Amino acid sequence: MSTTSTGAGTDTVAPAAASAPAAATAHSAEPLLRATDLVKEFAVPGTGGLLGRADTFRAVDGVSLEVRARETLALVGESGSGKSTTARLVARLADATSGEVVFDGEPVTRAKGERLRRFRSEVQVVFQDPYSSLNPRHTVERIVTAPLVYQGRKVPGGTTAFTQQLMERVGLDPDHHRRYPSQFSGGQAQRIGIARALAVSPRLVVCDEAVSALDVSVQAQIINLLRRLQREEGFSYLFIAHDLAVVRQIADRVAVMSKGRIVEQGGRDAVFDDPQHEYTRTLLSAVPRIRPEWERARREAAEARAAAPGETSAPEEGTTA
Amino acid sequence: MSALLEVDDLTITFRTAQGPVDVVDQLSFTLEQGASLGIVGESGSGKSMTSLAVMGLLPPTASLRGRVSLDGTDLTNLPESKVRRMRGDRMAMIFQDPLSSLNPYYTVGMQIEEAYRAHRAGVTRRQARKVAIEAMERVHIADASRRVDHYPHQFSGGMRQRVMIAMALSTEPDLLVADEPTTALDVTVQAQILDLLQEVRRETGTALILISHDLAVVSEIAEDVVVMRQGVAVEQAPAERLFSDPQHPYTRALLDAVPRIDDEIGELRGIDSVESAARVGGKP
Amino acid sequence: MVRFLVTRLAGMVGVLFLVVLFTYAIFFALSPDPAVQICGKNCTPELIDQIRTNLGLDRPFYEQFLGFLSGLFVGTTYGTGPNAIDCAAPCLGYSFQTGQPVLEMFEQRFGVSATLAVGAAVLWLLMGVAGGMLAAIKKGTWFDRAATGAALGGVSIPNYVLALVLQYVLVVQLGWLPFPQAVPFAADPGQWFLNFVMPWLVLAFTYASMYQRLTRANVLDTLDENFVRTARAKGLAPRLVWRRHALRPALTPVVTLFGMDFAGLLGGAIIIETVFGLNGVGKMASDSITKNDQPVIMGVTLVAAFLVIVGNVIVDIVYTTIDPRVRIGARA
Repeated sequence: MSTTSTGAGTDTVAPAAASAPAAATAHSAEPLLRATDLVKEFAVPGTGGLLGRADTFRAVDGVSLEVRARETLALVGESGSGKSTTARLVARLADATSGEVVFDGEPVTRAKGERLRRFRSEVQVVFQDPYSSLNPRHTVERIVTAPLVYQGRKVPGGTTAFTQQLMERVGLDPDHHRRYPSQFSGGQAQRIGIARALAVSPRLVVCDEAVSALDVSVQAQIINLLRRLQREEGFSYLFIAHDLAVVRQIADRVAVMSKGRIVEQGGRDAVFDDPQHEYTRTLLSAVPRIRPEWERARREAAEARAAAPGETSAPEEGTTA
Repeated sequence: MSALLEVDDLTITFRTAQGPVDVVDQLSFTLEQGASLGIVGESGSGKSMTSLAVMGLLPPTASLRGRVSLDGTDLTNLPESKVRRMRGDRMAMIFQDPLSSLNPYYTVGMQIEEAYRAHRAGVTRRQARKVAIEAMERVHIADASRRVDHYPHQFSGGMRQRVMIAMALSTEPDLLVADEPTTALDVTVQAQILDLLQEVRRETGTALILISHDLAVVSEIAEDVVVMRQGVAVEQAPAERLFSDPQHPYTRALLDAVPRIDDEIGELRGIDSVESAARVGGKP
Repeated sequence: MVRFLVTRLAGMVGVLFLVVLFTYAIFFALSPDPAVQICGKNCTPELIDQIRTNLGLDRPFYEQFLGFLSGLFVGTTYGTGPNAIDCAAPCLGYSFQTGQPVLEMFEQRFGVSATLAVGAAVLWLLMGVAGGMLAAIKKGTWFDRAATGAALGGVSIPNYVLALVLQYVLVVQLGWLPFPQAVPFAADPGQWFLNFVMPWLVLAFTYASMYQRLTRANVLDTLDENFVRTARAKGLAPRLVWRRHALRPALTPVVTLFGMDFAGLLGGAIIIETVFGLNGVGKMASDSITKNDQPVIMGVTLVAAFLVIVGNVIVDIVYTTIDPRVRIGARA
């Protein structure tokens, strides 16, 4: 596919986008985001130089995907599969060598200036390591409102009130709005990262291994939070992960990547229960599991306990911070 | 006949600017010859410090009380030079990140030979090299006689961990301590390394301590499991008992929090108290 | 490896060319008319014109520059007829001040600078690297604190201050050492040593301080590496852990730094040579700059740049032999 498709893509959706840009999501036939034939090449270090062109390595090799409104597409793969690079291309954190990205009917692959800024406020990214993606010298208040400030937008309702309201939504104590990232635990810091993403009311949130660095108990809370926020706000996720069990909990559809290509793509249950591609099968069978009979026994015991009087179950995912 | 490893009332204390902190508190467990024990816990649970204490590799800022006995010999009372002679010989260790755990300046062969020669007086380089190649073959590194002269950066992540295992096995130790051996690896490679660890145990009769944050990994390997939380062993039991009928609320909550690959769970159970406790404990 | 060398050498030639071009351009544009200087007091406009013609100063910049370049490679001839002077390649021209060939001036002075550089290097490697290693082993002890303090002093005290203080104390007050003069080694080894020992010390002190800090930090960083933990887990004797696993990675950056520092010093230690009145390349450089002796400035710049760049290339090559990650690319 060549760059001329950019024009074609614009044409097909131009009427809808032009007449009611804000209501474009209503046209459910058209996905919120469509990436077509994305390619990203990197120069191989140590090759080339003064005397010749460097060898190139294709990290992403012809990836096409769609994220529909209000759904979660999970991109899974092992290290070096190109999943994170794909996410960066989609979010325009890196420029594709070729291919195109259409967001809400508008091609954004080469968008600049005002159009890029608008795109950036619609697409937000949550990264893996909460500490390194939050400026340690800034307060929560400053971190969370930074996306608005960069875009020259007014903070609705004033900085403090706005921050506190966001903190409450992601399950943080609003009284901590003047604290610094280092004063929070890993899970809480990741909540700050999520709050920052929410500040601009995005329509697509890209989660790049957003729960991978967390302990399992904290990870469970963050997954719950991400699911709840999606229910409440109605945005879409592009969820990058290597952990298939996590993907099973959050995805509507799954794309499996290997060596820069998507080898299999489909509804979550279809991919997990009836994988078509050899690689997907290998990947699924490699996941360590607790024996099903142990699991069954444990759940039966837990149910019996829950039924018995006087026992209280572990607390639900709460907002205490 | 006593157990291979007996850890009795082990307490590890760190001197910090805020005063002493117990990272492991009165931990006890035993491990029989050829058995396997999983120590599972989240960050800050003290599981890695426990493994370092067994190896006698605690940092100088840590102090230790209690007993760690290998074959009836209390290592905590032994002079460092004696412990050093057992380390790498009777007990060996592999670590989480195989790339940084291997010295980039030397061939993998040299690093395996070095482990072997440290404990076998009078062994020639040629003999040690033969042992290194055999050890690499045992962990299924293809073309070992050529690969023995390669440097760590020329291997993939899984192959590097195999090199680490080969190094640990070269002296045929009684005990192998594996601290998060597959955490840095891809899931398909993880499965291979776990299979390899099982195979090695079967064939050599080496006892294994597997430290992991991943309950599923531990459930596949360990015969007995210790669940640790903030330095305390909250529950220890044979694997089947622990996973099918956990007694301690923390173990139950931990098992509830694990996302399953087989089905979607309505609402995952988080453990709030863990997170807030970690913060109170001074963790940044 | 061949590709690497060719790339490096091509880059080296490019950098040298730029250095020469810029230096030439700066002195061409900024310097007062050298013909007037050369001509001296009893000068006539005709004489100045003749000097200009002889030296080619009346020609445009690029012609002069090309002339200089071709002089480097094939030699050149100044003037015409009976007054013509042949300058064989590599021709760096003649000093405006003394009329001496610049190359010859180098030949006379290089030995002094090289003696200074080698002697100082031995001292600073001993003090800096050994001191840094010891400080790292004995981290937190009085030795570490003393060595680190001394290193901080060494970095902060300008070496000309140290030079003047030492000269005053050791030479003027105590009379233990002579005022330094460049006594040739062959003439009198004892005197040679006594004359050079003070400049060596002063020169070495600043470098030793830098090297001490670098070595200490590198060793401490390396001791924290996972592979050092692995080496200890293998039960290696502490001295093996130390020598094989800590020292080699820690000293690799020191080696690279040393190559460049040493190469730079061969091109003259301007301050030390000037303070002690040692007639080396550095003093020649400072003299030529104060007197605006363009050919000498050009010569010094060119040689110094050449030495530093060659030093760099050697360091790169040494580095590839030390570090297998550079020498052998990763498995595809």
